[in-house]
Amino acid sequence: MNVVALLRVAMRALAVNKLRSALTMLGIIIGVAAVIVMIAVGAGAQARVEEQIRSLGANILLLLSGATTSGGVRLGFGSNLTLSEDDAIALQRELPEAIAAPALRGSAQVVWGNQNWSTVIFGVTPEYLEVREWEIIAGHGFDPTDLAGATKVCLLGQTVARQLFAGADPVGQVIRIRRVPFTVIGVLEGKGQSLMGTDQDDLILMPLSTARKRVLGVGTLAKQRSVGTIWVKVREGYDMKAAEEQVRGLLRQRHRLQPGQDDDFSLRNLEEVAATQEASSRVLALLLAAVASVSLVVGGIGIMNIMLVSVTERTREIGLRMAVGARTRDILGQFLVEAVTLSLIGGIAGILIGVGASFAIAQVAGWRIVLSPESVVLAVAFAFAIGVFFGFYPARKAAHLNPVEALRFE
Amino acid sequence: MAETLIHARDLVKIYRVGDNEIRALAGVTVDVAGGEFTAVMGPSGSGKSTFMNLLGCLDRPTSGEYVLAGKRVSELAGDELAEVRNRNIGFVFQTFNLLARTAAQENVELPLIYAGVPARERRDRAMEMLAKVGLAERAGHHPGQLSGGQQQRVAIARALVTRPLLILADEPTGALDSRTSLEIMGLLQELNRQGMTVVMVTHEPDVARFARRILRFRDGRVVEDEANAHPDDATALLAREAVAA
Repeated sequence: MNVVALLRVAMRALAVNKLRSALTMLGIIIGVAAVIVMIAVGAGAQARVEEQIRSLGANILLLLSGATTSGGVRLGFGSNLTLSEDDAIALQRELPEAIAAPALRGSAQVVWGNQNWSTVIFGVTPEYLEVREWEIIAGHGFDPTDLAGATKVCLLGQTVARQLFAGADPVGQVIRIRRVPFTVIGVLEGKGQSLMGTDQDDLILMPLSTARKRVLGVGTLAKQRSVGTIWVKVREGYDMKAAEEQVRGLLRQRHRLQPGQDDDFSLRNLEEVAATQEASSRVLALLLAAVASVSLVVGGIGIMNIMLVSVTERTREIGLRMAVGARTRDILGQFLVEAVTLSLIGGIAGILIGVGASFAIAQVAGWRIVLSPESVVLAVAFAFAIGVFFGFYPARKAAHLNPVEALRFE
Repeated sequence: MAETLIHARDLVKIYRVGDNEIRALAGVTVDVAGGEFTAVMGPSGSGKSTFMNLLGCLDRPTSGEYVLAGKRVSELAGDELAEVRNRNIGFVFQTFNLLARTAAQENVELPLIYAGVPARERRDRAMEMLAKVGLAERAGHHPGQLSGGQQQRVAIARALVTRPLLILADEPTGALDSRTSLEIMGLLQELNRQGMTVVMVTHEPDVARFARRILRFRDGRVVEDEANAHPDDATALLAREAVAA
């Protein structure tokens, strides 16, 4: 008997007990749907993390100024600006594999016309945009002369541009930052949310010297060269771990830290932060995988159970088929194909439901999902394997019936 | 005398039920020539069913020798026996054993599927056999839509479709009324007249009288082997009944 004929026989046999067949498939349907959703959510989370890493810029080490201890109360990173512009220059000099961009952070109220907005100010060097891989979509960036002259120019993040100008072209306009008039020379492209969920577009960039002298600087800070953070971008393909060690070593040396003494700065590899996030979404995927595998096994047992019932019910039919010349492999094939048909139809239904559920999750929970053809192939392969595995025993039982007893079976 | 089709020597079949041995056949030696119409009779437990199972290659003897058309089938096993059944033996059962929800034509095709005959030829041969048993116009009907007699005709068409050497009928009229029984016996007699060898189990003497030879079994042995020189003619009886009615 060829496969097409076997398939017809199987479909007919399954059609006899439609409800029973449908109920039997349920386990497989749920299992396969869970597999599809699991892969869609997992791949979606991974894609999101990858995208975020891209939005931060790849191969980035972030140096944060250390914490101050003030009478036993530790004040957190950046409370004491232990890093300086000179550290950045030294890093640039000693590490040809890296670009170092110092940044000084502060917050300010900005005003344009009758609009105002509270945002974050970053005093940076031109390297900052290069390190962050951040494009300017309107106007232009500042250049070394702006830095040297501490000119009052700034770049607006998307959110700030939208809040202040609401569609008007900001380039060339004068805004007031902490009452100091600044000329907007450019607008940055949108970067969306950061890994921590903050809006990366809600900021204003200006030359580091300008920020220090005209906006953030009060008193001593204006004269110092200290900065809150230094972004270090390492050349693509360079070992990040090695770069981390080199940066740490260099800074400890510059800050004259004795062996055994704590770092007075913090060094973060942003990809590690991203990887942590990815790990948490992986937990969810794992949970779904557990549900899927349990459901597939239960579904498989259901198929085995119903196939055993079917074999018993159709003992006489099996006897007759044997009497008219069915060989062991014919009967084995017939029941195996029936089990596989059951699991495959369940699998296909599961795929449809899984795809639907994935879209529903994307809509309702707002998660990103990625449906891949591989997951469909995997699901079908799973369903097929379940059918063969759990169908084999009942089929074997049918194939090894004694024809005399089978024909006499009541 | 035509050549020997069935050559059975000292067939013994012992069933083991728990610690008990049941001697279903205690040494049966029978020859059946090609073209014979043999009835096998005997009370239940006499071994006649066991004998038929051995003849039908559904079971293997514990000892003894069975040669079917020159082939020592008692030495075959499993799939080889399936092939012998498929090619050489047509079965007719008391309860018809047709596949439910399956058209008459497809039921008749079934043995040809296992013989590996291509679909087109299967259909042609099935239709030919259905025509032969007078059911050509019922080819698309399911067993549930056919009367008992018609179902048994479909079963006979199925038995004939592989052009077997032998028809084994196990109580072929057991589930039919007397008039339909006569029709079925008439059909079997007609096939026999055309040269088909028929071996039929029955416990009804009336039915056995249509055969030309009657074997009687008791306690696993053949106790009587009687030629019936003047078998009843089922078709003639049917015609007479029709006139009487």
